[in-house]
Amino acid sequence: MISWPNLISQLFNGLALGALLALISSGLTIIYGTLGVLNLAHGAMFMIGGYAGFVAYQYTESFILAVIAGSLFVMLLGVAMERLIIRHFYHRPHEDQLLVTFGLGICFVELVRLVFSSQSQIVPPPALFRGITNLGFMFYPTYRLAVVGIVAIALGALFLVLYRTRLGMIVRAGIEDSVMVDSLGINVYRVFMVVFGIGAMAAGFAGIVNAPVVSLTPGIGDDILVQTFVVVVIGGVGSFPGAILGGLIAGEIISVTSMFNPGYAYVMLFAAMTLVLVVRPHGLLGAQGRE
Amino acid sequence: MKYIALRTIPWLLAASVAAATAGHAAENKVVIGDIDDMSGLYADVIGPGGVEAAKMAIDDFGGSVLGNKIEFMVSDHQNKPDVGAQKFREWADRDGVTMILGGSNTGVSLAMNNVAREKKVPFIAIGAAGASLTGKDCTPYTVHYVYDTTALGNGTAKTMVKQGGKTWFFLTADYAFGTQLQDSASKVVEANGGKVIGAVRVPLSTSDFSSYLLQAQNTGAQVLGLANAGNDFTNSIKAADEFGIAKTMKPAALLAFVSDIHSLGLKTAQGLYLTTAWYWDLNDKTRTFAKRYYEKTKREPTMNQAGYYSATMTYLNAVKAAGSTNSEKVMAELKKMKIDDMFTSSGKIRADGLMEHEMYIMQVKKPEESKQPWDYYKLVQTMSGEEAFGKLSESACPLVTH
Repeated sequence: MISWPNLISQLFNGLALGALLALISSGLTIIYGTLGVLNLAHGAMFMIGGYAGFVAYQYTESFILAVIAGSLFVMLLGVAMERLIIRHFYHRPHEDQLLVTFGLGICFVELVRLVFSSQSQIVPPPALFRGITNLGFMFYPTYRLAVVGIVAIALGALFLVLYRTRLGMIVRAGIEDSVMVDSLGINVYRVFMVVFGIGAMAAGFAGIVNAPVVSLTPGIGDDILVQTFVVVVIGGVGSFPGAILGGLIAGEIISVTSMFNPGYAYVMLFAAMTLVLVVRPHGLLGAQGRE
Repeated sequence: MKYIALRTIPWLLAASVAAATAGHAAENKVVIGDIDDMSGLYADVIGPGGVEAAKMAIDDFGGSVLGNKIEFMVSDHQNKPDVGAQKFREWADRDGVTMILGGSNTGVSLAMNNVAREKKVPFIAIGAAGASLTGKDCTPYTVHYVYDTTALGNGTAKTMVKQGGKTWFFLTADYAFGTQLQDSASKVVEANGGKVIGAVRVPLSTSDFSSYLLQAQNTGAQVLGLANAGNDFTNSIKAADEFGIAKTMKPAALLAFVSDIHSLGLKTAQGLYLTTAWYWDLNDKTRTFAKRYYEKTKREPTMNQAGYYSATMTYLNAVKAAGSTNSEKVMAELKKMKIDDMFTSSGKIRADGLMEHEMYIMQVKKPEESKQPWDYYKLVQTMSGEEAFGKLSESACPLVTH
């Protein structure tokens, strides 16, 4: 099945897949970078974003409202999770943090299964982006093209927040050295809450934007979680540009490998991760000395 | 990997608690164990709905047989062969299980099949399609109930080729089920003058089929053969619709369930040909059962869930007729019985363990043809048991003496 038209279409498809991974990973990486907590419930939050949007869509039939509902719901869930549970774990060992977020992830998935059953649910793409676009070398669903644009805008917004606002400055400083930020009289814990909310929102937003591309099932976040970890490690833990670069690399690897043998998509992904870890232990764009 | 290890800990804990609470079985006491996909990609087409159907059968039977209350246990195999086989072994050793239902995944069912042979416990496989369960891998204790890859290939593939779909490209679930289904469909396609021009093996539980559909599109084949099931099937149909595959290719559902069509909606699924062993709206008996099931679950049963009811009932009838839970006696009784119930009017369990019964080729209705909720199929053709499953004399099962 290897031919030039096929390769070009797979490269293009990898871009679409990578854009989405970049967005989810950027949420994971800023949370880890700032709070030092690896959020294993991130995949479940991606899934919940999809379901929250699905419910909103059922009531309003508006895709825009579904996106807003999906993002906001997961943001509020993230804030609640941070306030009620996660903050008690900042000074506990990493193992405890992993277990608590992992446990929350399982609870979220099973709760959704309880309410919606394992039946797959479908959110149709917005009317504006329905149908197929002829790109000359291939036919491609219009909505998937739109996803690349939507994700680019979302990443742009995240960039502005992180690099052009005071909050972003504190977050970036917190990623470098949170003790120092604390010493400067900034309320790090409030910043942590906001960062957790923003990171969760990125996952929720990606969840509902991705919903029309796949069908929603409670387990949809499981695979994504593994992929985003790889993305974060490749790009450099805590690095926002690293998440974007890593996302695109991972998307291309998965898409192009599937042309040869889909079974090896993960093998190649982990091989790439291993290679990066050997050559640049802190990831492609990660900084040395960071915790 | 730490992630995997962490994932399994809660399951191990849950399993040990479940094992500790289960009691030992008395003499001649029926203990039915259901080992099935309760949470994964096949849970929707069988899983908890199957549990409900089996419980209905036990209730309808009166709740007890041979003077003992019928026990029923449920476990989730998570689509892992080792988990399914381990549970089977544990129930056989510690809980005196007398019959195992389910499987719902060919890989898992093949592993459970080995345990059935080893522990001499009847295993009624439902949901798994791999024809080798009653072919080269058959055991004296295995019954394959609802469908197999031979029948599914004979139904859909033959119809599609006759309708002019000569060149095929397969999207195949990458394990025993998918490959067996692709093989049997390919044989039918080639025997009817068609040609298979390619296939891609897709890992189980893939959510995004875009890469594979792009490959399919680039081959220029006329038919997109879907050798997958459950959420893999709905995701591939959904992506096929999204990529406008229907303009150039016809999708062929080798294994689709009424719940899949319900998820997809008629707008997306219309015109699709599929093969089914059972449909709720076939006749009065199926409608009566479906109505009772619907009242409990608010969904129409899939063919697997209907099969769960029928298989449980058939097994209990065999136990009653044999007057014993002894595996040899029950198996002998099962192979003598004629099955005439809400599932089939002419079912029989052959020497190789296959439950031979008629199969139906259906086409999914257009939205305007559907008169009520769940009114999804129109009957294209009924295949006799032999036409669908092949002759017993052609069975690859070593138990069959030719």
